[in-house]
Amino acid sequence: MIEGWREFVRSNFIYSFSRAPVAIGSFVIASSLILFAIAAPFISPYTPYDPATLNLMNGFSAPLAPNAFTGDVFIFGSDDQGRDILSTILFGMRVSLFVGFSAVFLAMILGVALGLVAAMAGGVIDAIIMRVADIQLSFPSILIAMLIYGIAKGITPPEMRNEVAIWVLILSIGLSDWVQFARVVRGSAMVELQKEYVEAAKLIGVNRVAIAFRHIFPNVVPSVLVIATISLALAIISEATLSFLGVGAPPTQPSLGTLIRIGQGFLFSGEWWIIFFPSLALLLLALSVNLLGDWLRNTLNPNVGIK
Amino acid sequence: MLLAIENLTIRYPSRFGDFTAVDEASLHLDRGEVLGIVGESGAGKSTIGNAIMGLLQAPGKMVGGSIIFDGQRLDLLSKKELISLRGKKVGMIFQDPMTSLNPLETIEAQLLETVLLHSDLSKADAKLRALELLSEVGISAPAERIKQFPHEFSGGMRQRVVIALVLAGNPDLIIADEPTTALDVSIQATILKLIRTLCHHKNVGVILVTHDMAVIAETTDRVAVMHRGKIVETDNTKSLIASPKHAYTKALISAVPPSNRRIDRFTHVDFAKDRHDRKSIDLKSHWVGKEVYEPAAEKELLKVQNLTKVFNARSSIFSPKRGSTLAVDNVTFSILDGESYGIVGESGSGKSTIARLISGIHKPTDGSVLFDGLDLLNGIKSVQDKKKKRKIQMIFQDPYSSLNGRMRVEQIISEPLLLGGFEGSKAELQQLVYDLLFLVELESGAASKYPHAFSGGQRQRISIARALASRPKFLICDEPTSALDVSIQAQILNLLRDLQQRLNLTYLFISHDLPVMRQVCDRIAVMKNGSLVEECPAEEIFTSPQHSYTKDLIRLMPKFER
Amino acid sequence: MELSLFQYLIRRALQSGVVLLVTGLIAFSMFRFVGDPVENMMGQERTDADIELLREKLGLNDPFFIQYWNFLADAAQGDLGISFRQGRPVVEVLIERLPATIELASVSAFLAIIVGITLGVYVAIKPFGWITNTVLTVSLIGVSLPTFLIGIMLIYLFAVELSWLPSFGRGETVQIGWWSTGLLTVSGVKAIILPAVTLGLYQMTMIMRLVRSEMSEVLNSDFIRFARSRGLPEQKINFRHALKNTLVPVITVTGLQLGSIIAFAIITETVFQWPGLGLLFIDSVQFVDIPIMASYLMFISLMFVSINLIVDILYVMIDPRLRIGEAS
Repeated sequence: MIEGWREFVRSNFIYSFSRAPVAIGSFVIASSLILFAIAAPFISPYTPYDPATLNLMNGFSAPLAPNAFTGDVFIFGSDDQGRDILSTILFGMRVSLFVGFSAVFLAMILGVALGLVAAMAGGVIDAIIMRVADIQLSFPSILIAMLIYGIAKGITPPEMRNEVAIWVLILSIGLSDWVQFARVVRGSAMVELQKEYVEAAKLIGVNRVAIAFRHIFPNVVPSVLVIATISLALAIISEATLSFLGVGAPPTQPSLGTLIRIGQGFLFSGEWWIIFFPSLALLLLALSVNLLGDWLRNTLNPNVGIK
Repeated sequence: MLLAIENLTIRYPSRFGDFTAVDEASLHLDRGEVLGIVGESGAGKSTIGNAIMGLLQAPGKMVGGSIIFDGQRLDLLSKKELISLRGKKVGMIFQDPMTSLNPLETIEAQLLETVLLHSDLSKADAKLRALELLSEVGISAPAERIKQFPHEFSGGMRQRVVIALVLAGNPDLIIADEPTTALDVSIQATILKLIRTLCHHKNVGVILVTHDMAVIAETTDRVAVMHRGKIVETDNTKSLIASPKHAYTKALISAVPPSNRRIDRFTHVDFAKDRHDRKSIDLKSHWVGKEVYEPAAEKELLKVQNLTKVFNARSSIFSPKRGSTLAVDNVTFSILDGESYGIVGESGSGKSTIARLISGIHKPTDGSVLFDGLDLLNGIKSVQDKKKKRKIQMIFQDPYSSLNGRMRVEQIISEPLLLGGFEGSKAELQQLVYDLLFLVELESGAASKYPHAFSGGQRQRISIARALASRPKFLICDEPTSALDVSIQAQILNLLRDLQQRLNLTYLFISHDLPVMRQVCDRIAVMKNGSLVEECPAEEIFTSPQHSYTKDLIRLMPKFER
Repeated sequence: MELSLFQYLIRRALQSGVVLLVTGLIAFSMFRFVGDPVENMMGQERTDADIELLREKLGLNDPFFIQYWNFLADAAQGDLGISFRQGRPVVEVLIERLPATIELASVSAFLAIIVGITLGVYVAIKPFGWITNTVLTVSLIGVSLPTFLIGIMLIYLFAVELSWLPSFGRGETVQIGWWSTGLLTVSGVKAIILPAVTLGLYQMTMIMRLVRSEMSEVLNSDFIRFARSRGLPEQKINFRHALKNTLVPVITVTGLQLGSIIAFAIITETVFQWPGLGLLFIDSVQFVDIPIMASYLMFISLMFVSINLIVDILYVMIDPRLRIGEAS
């Protein structure tokens, strides 16, 4: 184990990481944001979703200025209901990241499983899985996500809709994203299957299942990691978009996208902070995760993208 | 003096410090002569060619010395001046004809472009010149073929087109960088002859870069030997081969399989530190030696009858059925216990397919394969049968894809041991792995490393150790040394021979390289387009071939005699 | 590939047909099984007998496949049902909103292609330098930011702060037959700029990166090196040899991506309140207006399939390797 860790540290991976200020910067920002989000219940100055603590008189308070009525200070200002923007951002990031990670996780499990099955089974099974993937790929994922949302809304009784919303969101993003994983895994697995060490394994007497897990899978993992990081960035953006459009996280459990939607209404009336700070947070989050994923892709896959 | 290079030094900066690709190299070339630059991989020979053209791959830089061409200092020219020289004064033939031409343009378009660039001809005259060039390089029916696209030409034909394009500018110096390495032996001979003829008729200077000593022997007038960036010896070809002076040259020549006779062993090439001195293992009492037995005389160990394989291009519900290929056509042969049987053929002959039919990777369309009485296609049912089947193992061509890059060497070799029913402690298993490594001349420290830490030759040794771990009786060697440098090849061939003697193995040796097979095989079968056309004792193939195809192969085989 | 062009087209057409049928099936399922159409169509006062009568009339008691067949037949003739929310025939609503989206999509696509390819080629030829670095940085940001955020930022900058361009709507439109165009009026043109840029930015970035990566790869390939060694000038190498080889794969991918512009328009139309199909779809999702949702789905599917088909045909026409068989 220690030998392995030492090898990793000395590897080309860490070498290029330490020399890419962009990668380091985005890694630091992304991990900080994630940490803040996880710690939200502990570090947030107010509890914006507990109606008992809300005071309408605190509404529309400007950043850093003590409120005219109550004297409370809000670092990023407050919204129309008197909620502290900083706190809403922290909880909002929580939702955004939760949905993002869960969706990617779902897509990864589904995609990797189907991709491996397609590659190893071949024949009709492979053809079917790939056809389905192709068809789904010809539609933008946003559309599919919205469709799933629409259908779910249609079959859920109105009183349950808000509670179920987050899970529907995860489901819709996850189900629209599996294709990438499946394709990459299938492609990678098929390349590996052509390699001679697989033939050698068959000659030695290794059975098919063992070949899949012990030989093929470890060689497919790097590509999966690259897709996972890119997927995470995309999932965060998709979730924000869906929430912004009103078909994502509900106002009772808002993500950054929902906050921006709410804030857009106040853009022209002068309370700029309601939309500005959540936008900034989303920008930092999306940018840092995306840059990290981009760097990762360039490092692990020199044939894809530019050196 | 057409070209004079003095003390040329080229460096590549890298993460681990500067790498000196070419180290104070000097050579010269006259018109009308072919100078060969020979060396193994990494010697720096292609780099010299690139430097002359000014096409060094970044981040390589020329840091010392001079290149004087026809009185001009090439290394001091500006980019623009260099561009004006290229094609017109200096031309280059690249290695892979399949990727040298623009796939989207016709041959005519590409030829016209180059001809018009380097001359003042009118378009009509240029078209005539293009046709002339195609005839010069031996392309028949040039008027029709000129309208075609590159993918409609075979590999050898494409290389001829490449040569025509190089000649289009009437250069005085032509650099040919491994021009025939990617081609079949029979095509290779004709291309080399073409180059040599053009050189002498047009009085141009040719630098021929290659790793193949036989090509050097047949095509060049003088030769420079390179090792690790340095030119260790330069002489005219005949003298160099007959009486080499530098130790490396001697070692290199001794590693080349002679085409005119069979030798016992390749004298060890000290310059390549690839092997570890063997710790001796008493095979009689060792686990590996337990299943070794004396070969039964005249017993047919492997019997192949009417073996046929047809490949159908993949058809799915959405596409109509495409054409099918007859890869193996009704092939019958037997291999005797303890012998070394060779199958030789060019690309597309079906030799690799036969290997995979025997090993079970492909299922034959027709025919049977019997191994020690066991019907490999239908009869593998009991545990005993499976055990017998494991007595067939294989060594593959590509050292880089024949080992799982994510497994340590120890795991790679233990896997077959465990599957073969090894019951012992962990320590015993590890010792066995070490012993197998010793057997293939690697040290025990190799066990904890990953494949990427090893060179090509070392990886092949690991592959052999893995195969031996199944205690095979029959070893299929599919082009095991084709991807290796000639000195490493010699060592691996020595190893294979030693192992055969110690463990009484039977070999099926597959290759396209006739001189190598002469050294290794007892009997040889010749395959062409899926059919077995001739089979006889090894020496007879070379001394008195019967079939016309075999005769052609022998005739066109590059000769290296010592 | 030994197929003739004709066989290939037939094959692709069949594939497209399957895709349309599958989407039709999904759309149909939505129509019939999500929510109860009868519930949605009748008012408060109805008896069970009324419901049963309507059911019979709508054919809801027929077997599944008969319903599906009827649905397809109706759709082919242009009858897509009645919008739950608006009470008008779906086809009428779609046609009304179509021009806005098509114009927006076209202008965006045009911008994306021109700017994307130009920048991509430039960056591939000159990999170092401040222009290249700027372009790459901006493109990275363009890919990382959600489209709606970009739209909002543009609105804030150009509409709120600078007041140069309008922040919502289409401006004045001119009616030509059943098509309403915004491109013939000054206010119309002004109104389309920000949405087009917002919509096209993502596509532009993708195209630029694709062109850059393909062209860099081509520039490093053997036949380019050989061309250089023959003394061909850089200009010719870049624009005649490299570019042509780059565009072949770029066309396929770009074509497919452009198809998705129409769907991405949903976001842009929402931000700018652009009265097109996208905004219509979002509203229909909010109000669970199934007929609109399903019809939009089928329309998109039809567009995609057509674009895919056209792209495939283009590809075969351009790459000679696909037209003529390979030699051995």
